[in-house]
Amino acid sequence: MIEILTEPFSYNFMVRSLIAAVTSGITLSLLGPFTINRNMGFMADAIAHATLPIIAVGVFLGFSISELGVPASILIAIFLGYIIKNSNIGEDTAIGIIFSSFFALGFVLISVLEVTVNLEDLLFGQILAVSRFDVFIILGMCISVVSLITIFFKQLVFYSFDPVGAEVKGLNTNFLNYLFLVLLSVSIVASLQSVGIILVLSLLLIPAASAKLVTNTFHSSIFVSILFGLISSVSGLYCSYFLNLPSGPSMSLMASLIFIICFFINKIKKNVAFFNN
Amino acid sequence: MNVSESNQTVEKAIIVSDGCCVRLGDSSVLDDVTFSIEKGKKVAVVGPNGGGKSTLFNAITGLLPIDNGSLTIYGKKPEEVRGSISYVPQKDLLNKNFELTVKQVVEMGLIGKKTLSIFSQRKTNLKIQKSLESVGLLEKIDENINNLSGGQFQRVLIARGLAQNADILILDEAFSAVDVGAQEDIMKLLNDINLEGKTVLIATHDINNLENKFDEVLCLNRHCCAYGDPKEVLTQEVINEMYGSHNEMFRNHNIEKHTNNND
Repeated sequence: MIEILTEPFSYNFMVRSLIAAVTSGITLSLLGPFTINRNMGFMADAIAHATLPIIAVGVFLGFSISELGVPASILIAIFLGYIIKNSNIGEDTAIGIIFSSFFALGFVLISVLEVTVNLEDLLFGQILAVSRFDVFIILGMCISVVSLITIFFKQLVFYSFDPVGAEVKGLNTNFLNYLFLVLLSVSIVASLQSVGIILVLSLLLIPAASAKLVTNTFHSSIFVSILFGLISSVSGLYCSYFLNLPSGPSMSLMASLIFIICFFINKIKKNVAFFNN
Repeated sequence: MNVSESNQTVEKAIIVSDGCCVRLGDSSVLDDVTFSIEKGKKVAVVGPNGGGKSTLFNAITGLLPIDNGSLTIYGKKPEEVRGSISYVPQKDLLNKNFELTVKQVVEMGLIGKKTLSIFSQRKTNLKIQKSLESVGLLEKIDENINNLSGGQFQRVLIARGLAQNADILILDEAFSAVDVGAQEDIMKLLNDINLEGKTVLIATHDINNLENKFDEVLCLNRHCCAYGDPKEVLTQEVINEMYGSHNEMFRNHNIEKHTNNND
């Protein structure tokens, strides 16, 4: 049994893939509960799609996705944050406009600049193609995200639940808002090679939503969300290896499977509580 | 009131609004609002929906800029004294997609700008326990907030304000969505807090018996219709000015007593 589990990692590319999968699983599922609590799922989707034109221009100029990661994420977070805060058309509408416009611009740029990127890999991820350099960048991004969330954890929880109360209390809510957007962008960009632009949302939202169904408080849901994120990404990687399936969709489907199990556990718990009362 | 009495009043006043105007977009939500609230007063802010109660609170807490006139807290601009006011928002302004325990909500009152708390966790826990004891919910410290009644949740938010140890407590619609018994409990709690010398401002729609519950009333309908002792200022004219043709529902309110007092 152990031999079967360790066999894939006799290949260097699988070790690199495992590190990328684990880091994506941790960072995205750590931010998931904050994202759901602030109803920012659509925003996260917009961030993922807004990376496409930056990747197109970056690859055209000779940079890799990893090299573009940090500056691209900061740029996207600040730009989206500013537009949404200063537009008078409603947050969802502003996100929708940016989302579709950037995605369309990305495709046009790829076509016009004749950029040689595999669109399927960009959209759905290709974790097996992660290089040694990519691994270092992704690890660095993951450590930064986890460290900053740990340092500002209490402030971010306060702001996430009661943004008005946090501002009245004297917290720098503008800073906390942009900090969270940057961390979200960094995590999304760091996970693009693992799960791709379209499926990145599955590792961000599904483990957190599953955790919400089986835990009682926000704090415990964060730990459970990280656990589910790790299980989804690593088991998805195994499925991808042994069943010869695409890696990104495999991870997403494993996350969905966990959600279905949690959904039924939640239903059973509620029914048991109902009959006990 | 002679000049020296007037000066003394201004000195004791901690919240002073002088012709304060607040605009939201193109419309004026508060226009030329003037009042001064002294330390230790318990003030009801009444008026119709859209009358500017929440806008005034947002201006006092520094969430909205003043368009014209001035509004000062301890002689400073509201945004300069953040932290000296504790604010209990309307219940539906909180994101509760995930759940927290009572302890975690009260602890928010102790979270500051610095990421590393100057208090040890033991001291933090003691402050949380003391605050919850004051609102009579110490036994609920580990309870999930979604399992609390509306009145209990309001008291948890008040405990958060107490943990913050601010001198001014502002409650926006504290009595909405809570039953009469819970309203009485909250009012009793606010009386106790007020007796400790804290200034309390509450937005409420219930103008009945204000004279028994509050030291002063601020009547708002986009402008200040009246401010002062409820026995003196809540006249039929002021109620008409606030609620217009909808004043019928306040028929049972003891206007005559006020009118007689004025006489």
